[in-house]
Amino acid sequence: MTTAAVDTRSLKFWQGINQALTEEMERDERVVLVGEDVARPGGPFGVTRGLRDRFGDLRVRDTPIAEAVLVGLGVGSAAVGLRPIVEIMFFDFAMIAMDQIVNQAAKFRYFSGSSLPLVIRTMCGAGGPNGAQHSQNFEAWYSAVPGLKVIMPSNAADAKGLLKAAIRDDDPVLFIETLGLLAARCDVPTGEDFVLPIGVADVKREGADVTIIAIGRQVDRSLQAAERLQAEDGISAEVIDPRTLQPLDADAIVASVRRTGRLVVAQEATSPYSFAAEVCAIAAERCLSELKSPPVRVTSPFINVPTPVPLAEARAPGADEIVAGVRKAVNG
Amino acid sequence: MPDVEVEPPRGVNRDPSPIEPVAHGRHRLMRLSRRFEETVQEQFEEGAVPGPLHLSIGQEAVAVGGCWDLRTTDAVLSTHRGHHHCLAKGAAPDRLMAELLGRSTGYSHGRGGSMHVAIPAIGLLGTNGIVGGGIPIAAGAAYGMQAQARDDVTVCFFGEGAAAAGVFAEALNLAALWQLPLIFICENNQYVELTPQELHVAGELYRRGEPFGIRGERVDGNDVTAVAAAVSTAVQRARAGGGPALIEAVTYRWFGHYAGDRAAYRAEDEVLQWRAQDPLLRSRAAIGDAAADAIEAEVEQVIADALEFARSSPVTGVDALSLDHYAR
Repeated sequence: MTTAAVDTRSLKFWQGINQALTEEMERDERVVLVGEDVARPGGPFGVTRGLRDRFGDLRVRDTPIAEAVLVGLGVGSAAVGLRPIVEIMFFDFAMIAMDQIVNQAAKFRYFSGSSLPLVIRTMCGAGGPNGAQHSQNFEAWYSAVPGLKVIMPSNAADAKGLLKAAIRDDDPVLFIETLGLLAARCDVPTGEDFVLPIGVADVKREGADVTIIAIGRQVDRSLQAAERLQAEDGISAEVIDPRTLQPLDADAIVASVRRTGRLVVAQEATSPYSFAAEVCAIAAERCLSELKSPPVRVTSPFINVPTPVPLAEARAPGADEIVAGVRKAVNG
Repeated sequence: MPDVEVEPPRGVNRDPSPIEPVAHGRHRLMRLSRRFEETVQEQFEEGAVPGPLHLSIGQEAVAVGGCWDLRTTDAVLSTHRGHHHCLAKGAAPDRLMAELLGRSTGYSHGRGGSMHVAIPAIGLLGTNGIVGGGIPIAAGAAYGMQAQARDDVTVCFFGEGAAAAGVFAEALNLAALWQLPLIFICENNQYVELTPQELHVAGELYRRGEPFGIRGERVDGNDVTAVAAAVSTAVQRARAGGGPALIEAVTYRWFGHYAGDRAAYRAEDEVLQWRAQDPLLRSRAAIGDAAADAIEAEVEQVIADALEFARSSPVTGVDALSLDHYAR
């Protein structure tokens, strides 16, 4: 990724989110933010701090703990002219609002022909001592629903640029933030016009021998793995972050796999019926004959998330697992 | 006496709308709903409706009274049994008929059918295939109006069955907490799908808002004047920032849960007793036979035109299946 000639500032992931929210609320008074603890406390993780003071109680509003009605606030207010952002504190809690997301928001345009400019922000993944009901990754479930868009950025710049795009988009967007990345820094373009396109993958590292498709925390870990593989094995790994899971930039994935001939997919979610499964299916359908070895999925094992951080981290794929996955793909 | 006020009737898809007394307009709209559903039921029996139907015959006064004082910019959330809500909020009978008959001129290109009609341009935010599914959306629409400092209101229709869903309690709490311009209208038609309401409802429905400080009222849901009066009071209060209200309109579902359900689970006597309280007999009596006959003749023409429009429209083909999923 090159950002030559663009003014940047080093920001943490959460600051990228906060800047996007601030800029878009400043830009468009129809943009509002509702959720549990988003206003007075400034967010359960501090992501939305300062917004209530700046934009007032009607536009930044704490809600009761009632996720179905919380998402309904977004659906209904979007239908009458607002551009709401709904925050669901943990992805796990989106289960309570499944009807509103899947049966209602995702089908509004299908039934009515009208836009529903709704953003649902939520927080996924292990990354704290939160356990099996506060750490899950359901990105694939929602990516299987026609009518929804799903975005999952892996750094502060992508988070900012894609959240701004989501807020300006006229369809319901599920925007998945990653708890374990909140404090991660990177250089973020400062301009208000910094908006990234939805549905475009980003090549985080170019390489010739193997394609690693990674999302969330596994993007940085894949980059670390790629450095080690270069140093220790002389393997040149390309790392691609699709950033948007629905619509998915399949062309970028296929083009890379065609060049390298090998595919590794890294994610924190468990493997069955997952994002990694989808990427492997796309590769099988579109470039099987160009694969030199079977694709490898590097995922969490098919077990629940433990609460103690060392155990949760042991479950999630790290650079070691990704290195092992690449070696398997390259060496058989 | 409100019935001497002069207002254009709603829902009759004709331009220009005739100006007539309120009671005439209400009878026109109720008759339109009744004849619309009788007609679509006939179409169903002829195999011309490619989807399920849930008829609201007998419940017309709830929809017409509930929507009478609403503007186009007010919102309505409807249910799986919602043709009367759609028409009362101003849906065009011809396009609604086309939707139910699976025609490309329908509101969802004929792909959605009865339970999936949403017409945001007139404030109809959807019938709904999910019992209780509209309740959270109603809270959102009311919040949207409040946040935009509009004096519009949202009316949320739901049945006594949906009152058991958790979202009802969530929405009551939020509506009271935020003083949302939201009128909950519980359309108690005595039957929750295939079983009587006694198996579903604990306590008094109209009092469900009391713990939250929401005014509750029970009205005769077969009396359009009573429904309209109660809703009008609630709407005016909500427009002025007075917050939510809950109205239970007691009525009766004349037919089965769905078209084809013979409703053998209830006694014929019970049905006959309720039919004797036909809301249309009352609205007809209120205006006299001569006026009613004239209105009903006009409604027949509207229905005939709607049916003709639907039948002469192209049957929805597979080319329409992928429309309207994303903006781009």
